[in-house]
Amino acid sequence: MEKYKNTSHLKRQMQIDALFRISTRFFAFFVLAMLLGILFSLLVGSLPALKHFGWGFLTSTEWDPVAENFGALVPIYGTLMTSFIALLIGVPVSFGIALFLTELSPPWLKRPLGIAVELLAGIPSIIYGMWGLFVFAPWFGDHIQPWIIDNMGELPLIGFLFQGAPMGIGIFTAGLILAIMVIPFIASVMRDVFEVVPPMLKESAYGLGATTWEVVRNVVLPYTKTGVIGGIMLGLGRALGETMAVTFVIGNSTIFASGLFDAGNSIASSLANEFAEATSELHLSALISLGLILFFITFVVLACSKLLLLQLKKQEGRHS
Amino acid sequence: MTENASKLQVKDLNFYYGNYQALKGINLEIPANQVTAFIGPSGCGKSTLLRVFNRMFELYPGMRAEGEILLDGENILARDVDINLLRAKIGMVFQKPTPFPMSIYDNITFGVKLYENLSRVDMDERVEWALKKAALWNEVKDKLKQSGNSLSGGQQQRLCIARAVATRPEVVLLDEPTSALDPISTAHIEELIHELKADYTIAIVTHNMQQAARVSDYTAYMYLGDLVEFGETDGIFTAPKKKATEDYITGKFG
Repeated sequence: MEKYKNTSHLKRQMQIDALFRISTRFFAFFVLAMLLGILFSLLVGSLPALKHFGWGFLTSTEWDPVAENFGALVPIYGTLMTSFIALLIGVPVSFGIALFLTELSPPWLKRPLGIAVELLAGIPSIIYGMWGLFVFAPWFGDHIQPWIIDNMGELPLIGFLFQGAPMGIGIFTAGLILAIMVIPFIASVMRDVFEVVPPMLKESAYGLGATTWEVVRNVVLPYTKTGVIGGIMLGLGRALGETMAVTFVIGNSTIFASGLFDAGNSIASSLANEFAEATSELHLSALISLGLILFFITFVVLACSKLLLLQLKKQEGRHS
Repeated sequence: MTENASKLQVKDLNFYYGNYQALKGINLEIPANQVTAFIGPSGCGKSTLLRVFNRMFELYPGMRAEGEILLDGENILARDVDINLLRAKIGMVFQKPTPFPMSIYDNITFGVKLYENLSRVDMDERVEWALKKAALWNEVKDKLKQSGNSLSGGQQQRLCIARAVATRPEVVLLDEPTSALDPISTAHIEELIHELKADYTIAIVTHNMQQAARVSDYTAYMYLGDLVEFGETDGIFTAPKKKATEDYITGKFG
């Protein structure tokens, strides 16, 4: 009797286990199905435009809804450039924040500063956009831009980046607002990964007479590289896809301009601006193609970060 | 005390974690080119004492030391001491192996590069010298470019010892260096300690009484922040002067 009871109990447990296994597997594959589904619908939607314009769609700067002539270079350039500026400013600042919070800050300052960083991450993006448009851009255009245009516009090679009218808004302003938006993400990830470095490992380096900077540069950063690059990618993902804040301050111009102070356009803000007004099939399809390109850019960026990590692992020495 | 000159002199040392006093008026002289072992039950302050010698405690807030520790007659607790230089002079090895996330070669050169500017050839020589000192050269000479993490636990700990001696410190602090290792690796490291004392002054914290008896020339027994008894290892283990020491060594207590 006792024995029989046990086997039935065991059997039921095995059934529950099997059910659990099947349901978690379903969830995992559901993610894959979602991804493929989105990719598929983007492909189908973009087919008319891609057929009509071919590869030229990627290199054309034309964007004329009236004549139904579309090219994606302006928004691609705007997306990449603003994200690049955002990382250029955001990564060093985030690194500094994380470093201060984990290695240098007095303990009573750690919590308030950490909470401030997290609160910054919680502010809705439209507020950053409004602040950028109504507060930052006018001040920037009045006080900083004229000086930069006067003093750096004539520089060889990079001078063209700093020419143009001091309007306040434009690609640089968008990049700067994005930088402020990605800093809390990158900084909090960096802080979290810096904090998991075993104290004994850091002490070993300090014990050899290394300064804080040498310890961070040679021990903490290599030890946490996966997390640090992960954090930067998280920030980059936000910068590439950010819509509202960028739409506010980038200027939404469809004319190609390489200068940092010129108005431009990003993929996400083009979509936000024009989707409601896209009446023709070709226009709609061109917009969906932009979405597909954004998808593709994000994918390439992720792949590159994986490659970078592999490369760094090689430098560290082979694991036998 | 003895015919040996003392390398480190501890004078009236008090140490506090916040309000808690972890070391109470320690007076001690660690002789040069000898092995001094610190034994005692957990929480007696022996590791704390070790971490005062290279001022490692200063990495953490709320800890402070009072008193004097003289290294060759100079007070290392003085404010104007260059703390990084001090740590370069006093090497340390920890309970667990802590190889840096880089190649075996770079692990050794890390500390050397901080204070010396060696040519490629000299650096290669230094790496070989340090690894030979740590009795690791034969096992790793063909894979210096591999990650330090690819070694076994015992090898990693010897790598850490090689890393500590590579900078040619004057004192080497070992904080329970074999507590995470198997008996064979432990034996390797104990042999190593014997060899190293020709060149270095060694202070070792250990929970293992036999180990203290095997490797050390002098032994200090500590209890609850007090230095109970200090003297030559033979004397401490065969004829302790205090009852508390005898009880601990014979296993009646602790």
